[in-house]
Amino acid sequence: MTDTGQAIPAPAPKRGIIDTLEIDVRLLGMLVAFAAIALVFTIWTGGTFVSPRNVFNISVQAVPVAIMACGMVFVIVARQIDLSVGSMLAMCSAVMAMSQATWLPTALGLEYGSPLILVITILVGFAVGTGMGAITGWLVGYQRIPSFIVTLGGLFVWRNVNWYTTNGQSVSLTDPHLLMFGGTEGVLGAPVSMVLGVAASVAAVVGLLSARRNKQSHGFIVKPAWAEGVMMAMVVGTIMLFVTWLSRYPVPEAKLKRLFEAQGEVMPEGYTAMHGLPISVIILIVVAVGMTIIARKTRLGRYIFAMGGNPDAAELSGINTRALTVKIFALMGFLCGLAALIAQARLQSHGNDIGMLEELRVIAAAVIGGTALAGGVGTIYGAVLGALIMQSLQSGMAMVGVDTPFQNVVVGLVLVIAVWVDIIYRKRMGLMK
Amino acid sequence: MSNTRTPLVEMRDISISFGGIKAVDHVSIDLYPGEVVGLLGHNGAGKSTLIKCLSGAYQADAGEILINGQKVEIANPRDARAQNIETIYQTLALADNLDAASNLFLGREIMSKGLMNDAKMEAETRKIMGRLNPNFRKFNVPVSALSGGQRQSVAIARAVYFNAKILIMDEPTAALGPHETQMVAELIQELKAQGLGIFLIEHDIHNVMKLCDRASVMKNGQLVGTVNVNEVTDDDILGMIILGKKPAHLAA
Repeated sequence: MTDTGQAIPAPAPKRGIIDTLEIDVRLLGMLVAFAAIALVFTIWTGGTFVSPRNVFNISVQAVPVAIMACGMVFVIVARQIDLSVGSMLAMCSAVMAMSQATWLPTALGLEYGSPLILVITILVGFAVGTGMGAITGWLVGYQRIPSFIVTLGGLFVWRNVNWYTTNGQSVSLTDPHLLMFGGTEGVLGAPVSMVLGVAASVAAVVGLLSARRNKQSHGFIVKPAWAEGVMMAMVVGTIMLFVTWLSRYPVPEAKLKRLFEAQGEVMPEGYTAMHGLPISVIILIVVAVGMTIIARKTRLGRYIFAMGGNPDAAELSGINTRALTVKIFALMGFLCGLAALIAQARLQSHGNDIGMLEELRVIAAAVIGGTALAGGVGTIYGAVLGALIMQSLQSGMAMVGVDTPFQNVVVGLVLVIAVWVDIIYRKRMGLMK
Repeated sequence: MSNTRTPLVEMRDISISFGGIKAVDHVSIDLYPGEVVGLLGHNGAGKSTLIKCLSGAYQADAGEILINGQKVEIANPRDARAQNIETIYQTLALADNLDAASNLFLGREIMSKGLMNDAKMEAETRKIMGRLNPNFRKFNVPVSALSGGQRQSVAIARAVYFNAKILIMDEPTAALGPHETQMVAELIQELKAQGLGIFLIEHDIHNVMKLCDRASVMKNGQLVGTVNVNEVTDDDILGMIILGKKPAHLAA
């Protein structure tokens, strides 16, 4: 074993519990911060903050920023920036709103409520988002215009093309299917949510086990079985707690009555139903898992990180960094389209100012989540957690009656303090001079 | 070297200009298997530019490159790798934020079922590092946490792992301490014994005399001459670098 340098036979030094569990210290820090915020507001609001209803609302409200923050991680890791995401979201939203309200019914003669309207609207929105991102990527990658400039221009351009697309008017979502991406209008109900929760738990355990087996098959030392068990228990516990909690949020009786009446039936006496998981949150989870797999297990992700660490090294290793830049921004644009679908469904209309200043929240979420603006470092889960922390802070402060201007002051301070703490941590660890 | 053998590399009449400036002006050099050829000259003499034609970073404006007697086109770093040409750059060309295995396999990752197999790549890295630098232990940290010598051994491992036939080393010991320099020197001897051809860009004449079989000296983009190191002294080579003239006893 030793002659191939496979294992370290030296007596294992005493390791702390965090080391043994192989938990990322930064993740732990963010979780502790998140828990502290939740604890403070829970006490302050007398428990309302962690009520199923509020947890549901925070989750749903955080989704658009969290989805875009996943894409922003790749952009920032590759040493770029995208200031146009809020305007791209508005542009995608405008195109989708117009498609479902005017263009498709008049141009294609599709009838109200046709499933084709839903499908085509979504595809058009995604295509516009991906296209805008690809244009940015081409200007940055092939024409070498700094991304700060290209996307600052994009911020103005797309915001105002959006204005022209709708003539500056709000467009309400008339297609009944589109609303299911919004939140309370698109939930799975308790039974399906619980089944999904169990399925996700099983998938997580299988994933952890197969990673462990793969390591063992190459002769690496793995963490002790008890530590693996603790990790699994924590992951499964988090999933099931979240699902169970949202499955305790009842749908209002008046709304249930309306739903029954729409079907031409009468609601049975004493009928209740729970919200369970919203579709938008499931989309976020799928995006976050997918982006994590891209980041860690595919060449695309490895090359993005390599390019962020040393662009010359990436180039000399035969990586086409220009095409890679286009892909990164196109992916960002696609995620703006997805976020637009969810944001407009939640508001049940496209407003002219949708996504306004969202670029700053998205960048802040990525940075609070540990993405370094110098490039090369960042995680998807960090960005999602960053978005959640920001949304929790805002929601909590609103609940206890903090004025809006002061809410924004606090969010701004948290951004700076998060990066400050990270710098202190990295100095202590000797990762930085 | 006997002239009946086919050179591993022949670079014939290479010229490269940047704007109006001739960085390399009609230079021809060759390299045989199991040979180390030193490239010397002041900064800006054209050594690195010439060698970047071979590694695919630049394209020559004129001239041709032959590998094993066959004319080849090297348009980018991927073409060079396909010819078993590996380059160890002065700046090391490592991505600081990635670990040793990720750097070693960068651009040539081991895949299974469409995803990267990191465990396999780490196992392979441990094997090759066990051979090149048995004391190396830092497999799971970014290479920014490594010393200069450790980083250099990762860069060399990358070339060795992928069965390089032709190795280009751009000042491999410039950033290293005495002990690490010795380690690299031993490695060069070992690779040479395995039949690799090595171009060594080097400023330190002492290293050239110790490690190289032949030395080619460039000045202002032109080749001053190529000499067998056992036929010249340190001062002869210094004269070539500074004065741009071959030593009197070798001038034909």
